Amino acid sequence: MKRLILATLLGSTIIASDLWASTAFISNEKDNTVSVLDLGQMKVTRTFKVGKRPRGIILSKDNKRLYICTSNDDTVEIYDSVNETKIGELPSGADPEQFALHPDDRKLYIANEDDALTTVVDVKTSQVLAQIDVGVEPEGMAVSHNGKIAITTSETTNMVHWIDTQSHELFDNTLVDQRPRYAVFEQDDSLLWVSSEIGGTVSVIDVKDRQIIKKINFAIKGIHKDRVQPVGMRLSHDGKYAYIALGPANHVAVVNRKTYEVEKYILVGRRVWHLEFSPDEKLLLTTNGVSSDVTLIDTQNLKAVKSIKVGRYPWGIAVKP
Amino acid sequence: MRFLLCLIAVLGLTFPTSAKQVETISIAFVSQKVERPPVLSNLIEPPDDLGVQGALLALQDNNTTGRFLKQKFTLETITLAEDANLQQAIDGLIAKGHNLFVLDLPSVSLQSVLKQTEHQDLLFFNSRAPDNALRQQACDIRLLHTIPSRAMLTDALAQYLVKKRWKDWFLIQGPHDDDQKFATSLKASARKYGAKIVTEKIWNGGRDAYRSAQAEIPLLTQGKDYDILMVADELGDFGEYMIYRTFDPRPVAGTQGLFPTAWYWTQEQWGALQLQNRFKKQAKRPMTARDYAAWAAVRTIGEAATRTNSKDFATLNHFMRSQQFELAGFKGRKLSYRPWNGQLRQPIALTAAHSLVTQAPIEGFLHRYSELDTLGFDQPESKCKEFIQ
Repeated sequence: MKRLILATLLGSTIIASDLWASTAFISNEKDNTVSVLDLGQMKVTRTFKVGKRPRGIILSKDNKRLYICTSNDDTVEIYDSVNETKIGELPSGADPEQFALHPDDRKLYIANEDDALTTVVDVKTSQVLAQIDVGVEPEGMAVSHNGKIAITTSETTNMVHWIDTQSHELFDNTLVDQRPRYAVFEQDDSLLWVSSEIGGTVSVIDVKDRQIIKKINFAIKGIHKDRVQPVGMRLSHDGKYAYIALGPANHVAVVNRKTYEVEKYILVGRRVWHLEFSPDEKLLLTTNGVSSDVTLIDTQNLKAVKSIKVGRYPWGIAVKP
Repeated sequence: MRFLLCLIAVLGLTFPTSAKQVETISIAFVSQKVERPPVLSNLIEPPDDLGVQGALLALQDNNTTGRFLKQKFTLETITLAEDANLQQAIDGLIAKGHNLFVLDLPSVSLQSVLKQTEHQDLLFFNSRAPDNALRQQACDIRLLHTIPSRAMLTDALAQYLVKKRWKDWFLIQGPHDDDQKFATSLKASARKYGAKIVTEKIWNGGRDAYRSAQAEIPLLTQGKDYDILMVADELGDFGEYMIYRTFDPRPVAGTQGLFPTAWYWTQEQWGALQLQNRFKKQAKRPMTARDYAAWAAVRTIGEAATRTNSKDFATLNHFMRSQQFELAGFKGRKLSYRPWNGQLRQPIALTAAHSLVTQAPIEGFLHRYSELDTLGFDQPESKCKEFIQ
């Protein structure tokens, strides 16, 4: 396989020293487990059991706690990220799927897909601070870096809901293409990127007036446009690229953030869901739901270098430095 | 549910685009009950709220979205007995100002409504009748179909079987009109995709499969070799009894065994699980194809109202039929209406009783515009004259 050669190549060129210590946690939706992937060794070193249907997975700002949305248990589980033992649970509302942590490391914004609600929980006290009515099937969650705005996207209503984190009230709604799945702020909070899975587009929205300034379309040779279904996204810190997972098109699009042109499509595993960088951003990890693996992309050469088998239906990734 | 949540007051919403008055968009839902002829197996009673539950769920979806745009959707539902005066009910609704209708009607009743209703500025959604004729010779410009045609269903099945190279079919059809229509559609799909009907038999209602299936079916299915037994039994009279009783060890497909449908509880990909869960919570039963079709009809109206930010009939009617319209229907593809006959293009599930086998269009069946148009009547073969092409 080509992969082997590439892996050897990778071994000699891009592994930075901090990769040796970093760990990726991958939630396996159909196995009720989390795979622990050692990025230095590039292999799964452990797998631990969690609640039912784990999807959203993030680390606390200090990287000590791992939060997991266990959708079918209607709860958010908390694990110690060092010894991987469960240390608590948070009330999440029904069917939590994605969530986002406020920069204060306390307020957790959770989408309750079945109830058209966004629940805000204080992770220190386990208190529900607010429940906010949003559109049907809330899914994508994001909090701006300055902490002022929280975002919920609703998949059936097809809107981006803008939540004031002070008052916990909606202050605007932006209509986007079908099935908005994921939202991410630019580092300076000037723009919000939103992917529409069925619409097949990514909308770039100006945070000031909540208007769409650019709609990005994708075209991959030999793949029908209906199969191009953008989901997870990552924006590199250097301001250069947006990486966009294209679902059943089995590719990750690399978009130039100055021109909004797609510069490259990188072939990964089947039905690529979510993305996460290694701490130095030299690697981008993708969860591939149908092929049950994680692909590592070398972000300097924009090439897939290795795919690693994890559990069934890997969904989300969190990387601990 | 978590106990903590009930203590928390739900916060109000703000509408930044305010000045606008709330617009109301009313939809009429008309259903008719049909006496089911006696069938041999009486184990499963069909629910008596098929269709309407899908419409009610979509109404809720529309209203949740509508809050953000100051749009309110209402649904007036009427369920009639088989011998009730359907036309009177329809005329009454028109007189009340309704122009958006979801018709959960059997084919005969639907055709009679189309014939007897003279008013032209109306939109009917057919959420129940799969008849091919309604998409071809008997099409009507006022009619959009959210339920797949039989042609779409049998094409979906044919694509899969041809891909599997199970091309020699033994066809058994029941005695009813609908069975014959399904069998005719199967034969057309066989021609279209290169399968062959090697033997064809009629299930004569006189046999009592419940008592004598073990003896009757091997005899009936003996003969020329074939790959798969195809049953055309829309009522669910005898088809189930064919499974495991054929003379040769052969799988069963068609209306039973491996069957094509617009919606079934085994669908969970593409967010379908969320729709299944929301439906089950509301209706206390799984969602069926008729529920899905009614859901899709009411959601079509909602989606058109959201995107156009309008309640105007002509605006909505035009938008739904336009290329700009797309509906996310939990099937992994955006759904839209065929401009040549008003049929909602949609993937078709091929499922067994407890597991989804696959979803058509099957990979490899290509189309110059949309692979979804490999299912059912495509533009070049359209006999529908009423639609502007």
